[in-house]
Amino acid sequence: MAALQVEKLNRTFGALPVTRDVDLTLERGARCALIGPNGAGKTTLVNLITGVLKPHSGRVLLNGEDITASSQADRARRGLARTFQINQLFRGLTVLENLCMTVGERDGHCNNLWRSSGSKREVIDEAIGYLDSLRLTDDALKLVRELPYGRQRLVEIAIALAQKPRVLLLDEPAAGVPSSESHLILDVVAALDPDIAVLIIEHDMDVVFRFAKEITVLVQGAVFTQGTPAEIMSNEQVRAVYLGQEGHRGGHHG
Amino acid sequence: MRRRFHNHGVGLVPQVANIAVSILFDGLAYAMFLFITSVGLSVTMGLMGFVNLAHGAFAMAGGYVVVTLTRTYGVGFVPSLVIAAVVVGAVSVVFERVLYRRLYKSTDLEQVLLTIGLAFMAIATATYLYGPIPKSVPLPEWLQGDVNLGFRYFPSYRAFLIVLGAVLIAVLWYAFERTNIGAKIRAAVDNRRMAESVGINVDRLFTLTFAVGSGLAALGGGLAIQLLGLSPSFAVLYLVLFLIVVAVGGLGSLKGTLLAALVLGIFDTGGKYLLADAGGFFVYVVTVVVLLIKPAGFYGRE
Amino acid sequence: MAASDTIGGTPRQRATDYLLRRHRFRMAEALPWLIAIAVFFIFPTRMTFGSQVLVMVMFALSLDLILGYAGIVTLGHAAFFGVGAYTVGLAAARLDWTEPISGLFAAAIAAGLVGFVTGWFLLRYRGLTLLMLTLATAILLQETGNLRSDISGGYDGLPGLTFKPLLGVFDYDLYGHTNYLYALTVLAIIFFFVRRIVYSPFGQALTGIRENVRRMHAIGSPVHRRLVTVYTIAAAIAGVAGALFTQTNAYVTLTVFDFDNSAKVMVMLILGGTGRLYGAFVGAAVYMVLEDYFSKLSPTFWQFGIGLMLVLAVLFAPRGILGLFERIGDCLAERKRS
Repeated sequence: MAALQVEKLNRTFGALPVTRDVDLTLERGARCALIGPNGAGKTTLVNLITGVLKPHSGRVLLNGEDITASSQADRARRGLARTFQINQLFRGLTVLENLCMTVGERDGHCNNLWRSSGSKREVIDEAIGYLDSLRLTDDALKLVRELPYGRQRLVEIAIALAQKPRVLLLDEPAAGVPSSESHLILDVVAALDPDIAVLIIEHDMDVVFRFAKEITVLVQGAVFTQGTPAEIMSNEQVRAVYLGQEGHRGGHHG
Repeated sequence: MRRRFHNHGVGLVPQVANIAVSILFDGLAYAMFLFITSVGLSVTMGLMGFVNLAHGAFAMAGGYVVVTLTRTYGVGFVPSLVIAAVVVGAVSVVFERVLYRRLYKSTDLEQVLLTIGLAFMAIATATYLYGPIPKSVPLPEWLQGDVNLGFRYFPSYRAFLIVLGAVLIAVLWYAFERTNIGAKIRAAVDNRRMAESVGINVDRLFTLTFAVGSGLAALGGGLAIQLLGLSPSFAVLYLVLFLIVVAVGGLGSLKGTLLAALVLGIFDTGGKYLLADAGGFFVYVVTVVVLLIKPAGFYGRE
Repeated sequence: MAASDTIGGTPRQRATDYLLRRHRFRMAEALPWLIAIAVFFIFPTRMTFGSQVLVMVMFALSLDLILGYAGIVTLGHAAFFGVGAYTVGLAAARLDWTEPISGLFAAAIAAGLVGFVTGWFLLRYRGLTLLMLTLATAILLQETGNLRSDISGGYDGLPGLTFKPLLGVFDYDLYGHTNYLYALTVLAIIFFFVRRIVYSPFGQALTGIRENVRRMHAIGSPVHRRLVTVYTIAAAIAGVAGALFTQTNAYVTLTVFDFDNSAKVMVMLILGGTGRLYGAFVGAAVYMVLEDYFSKLSPTFWQFGIGLMLVLAVLFAPRGILGLFERIGDCLAERKRS
């Protein structure tokens, strides 16, 4: 039973088809990269999987369960976490509060109207644990909007991890991060729990080839081809459609 | 005023038909007023997302300019309407440049509060200058009394309102659908960022639509004097109605504003005809029903 | 981990302490209550006015839950105030039910029910749509009351209501002393509950919804359920405020549902500062005192002044009076550090 299964997903915006008959499977522990030219519909696909958008036809299955009709929040509770291409954080709150909120919503702590939010020491300790693992502890008391963008991006990932997901979708995690700080992100991505199925949208081919065990190429909303990094690298058509456009990037890896 | 069914030996059907025609006619006149005053608000909100609750104050200002022009300076009614529209439109540009511009990126709440504050200041000023009692204006001969439309007599003023409304709708439709500027406005309402990237100067466009919209509101205010009465509280009293027309019609849509004005105008008039005091109900019931089914209004986009 | 724990003042330590201690009472919190009690002794002849201020504080407090903490902007909060006011008014005038404390409970339940039902439907919307829907709801309630003005008393209202002595013991005096202390006690109890909610994990979730609702959906928060819950609670509290209004005024009219009322309480809250619990106290008190003074001088002047105050507040003090204090406090703290 696959961790995430997408079957024949279809979606149009008006007359424009943005997702066409997409099939995708993520096994437990998968390390899959989703690549494609700009406008290929990668983020749209993630939005369809997470429930931000509803498909016109097709199914999404999480651990064998059909979640196509479920809400975003429902899917999150069942173990589907994502990061956004542009940070979606609680900017006016401290880093620690961002994490405590996530843990609190996950285990139902936030249903409590009576006890103080500090009453469950375990929530705070667990939240700090995530900060520790991403070396954000020193920033715990800082407001998110005061952090440099790279560290904010780390908070974005920390939140996704704090959901204890079984499937994690990362939308260009290193996007907008200055190159001096991007190694922080990449180290985190490399060190993710081997049990989690991870799908990462990326443009940077270095990251893709370093991280992915399989690659799906999306062009104009449809799956162009799928395969191992070696297969994709040697695929002439892929080079023409996508890698060729990148120019100096995506060079020649073995 | 409740119409009583007096049986003067006339059949029921002609009586009902007569009342229906009255409701439609009066409702149409009222709808024209609503449209003229609200269309500016709809387009500016759709274009810039700016919640301008001082819009009612612009209408009120227009009304008072007409009052001053006709009563103190003896200017004719129709010329006064035109002057009021131009003057208020011009003044609104000053407000836009000096104040509103700073708040385009602010939250809805801040825009609401700022413009409501301006409205309060305007009302207080009007009360100080003109007093709280409703004012009237001297109308030219041809707008007084009734006009014979063949099968029935109708109040001339309302007939004038309907004709004026129809003309303005035609002009606005032409400007929107057939001119370059209209196309630019529609594009910017549809997707501002894309319009800007194509080279459309949305800022200037907005100033223009804002001025025209405020001018039209002033015109509506001047027209309202005879129709509804003008007092300083006009600015807030009818603001609610304008907002409802805009919300129900859909932001940034000419068609939507017109349809909403028609539906709400006729329902309100009909309600008041048939149920007197309780008739005010209908406008709000229609609002709730429409918004629950189509939260972005008739022709709004989600 | 143990090593860094023993070092006091590490970021980890400070962060944890901050969250653990956030809900504890601070000295400064006693201030508004001391002032309220002082007013009782210093201005014994203004107790009727004092009760009205306390009623407004409660009303503003209920709005703060929705507007300040959950970030939902509505234009019909007066609806719940009105429901509470009329529950007590109708019970007293038509059913001869004049026991005050049970009246408060009935008002809370009635208003809470209306809040629950309307909230369930309306909180799926935001922006202009929600503004119009909430406005329409308040007006519809008002019009319904007007429809049966034989029952409701219409815009003339239900005058000359009398209420049984509090707890069967405390009778009402001509100067409103009993009413003031009654209102103050109820306010204190309500405030205690509101404060607990705000510092609870639920309260934290509300700020999350306000700060970034997209994120809340993505982490699995049942946003709609949370919003309906807080809306119901806020409605119930506004209902209690309305009930107190009727009880302390011995009079209620349909004007309690006016849009004016909804706007007024919003202005009070903005003035004091949203999302700050005590903003309601500061805002309502300042507004009521200014209004009392200036509108007697000249209502026109007062209206102009309020308009000007709003414009200046938005341009220069968007976080209200308390926000200004905070900024001054921050400046002083900066000064001290350097």
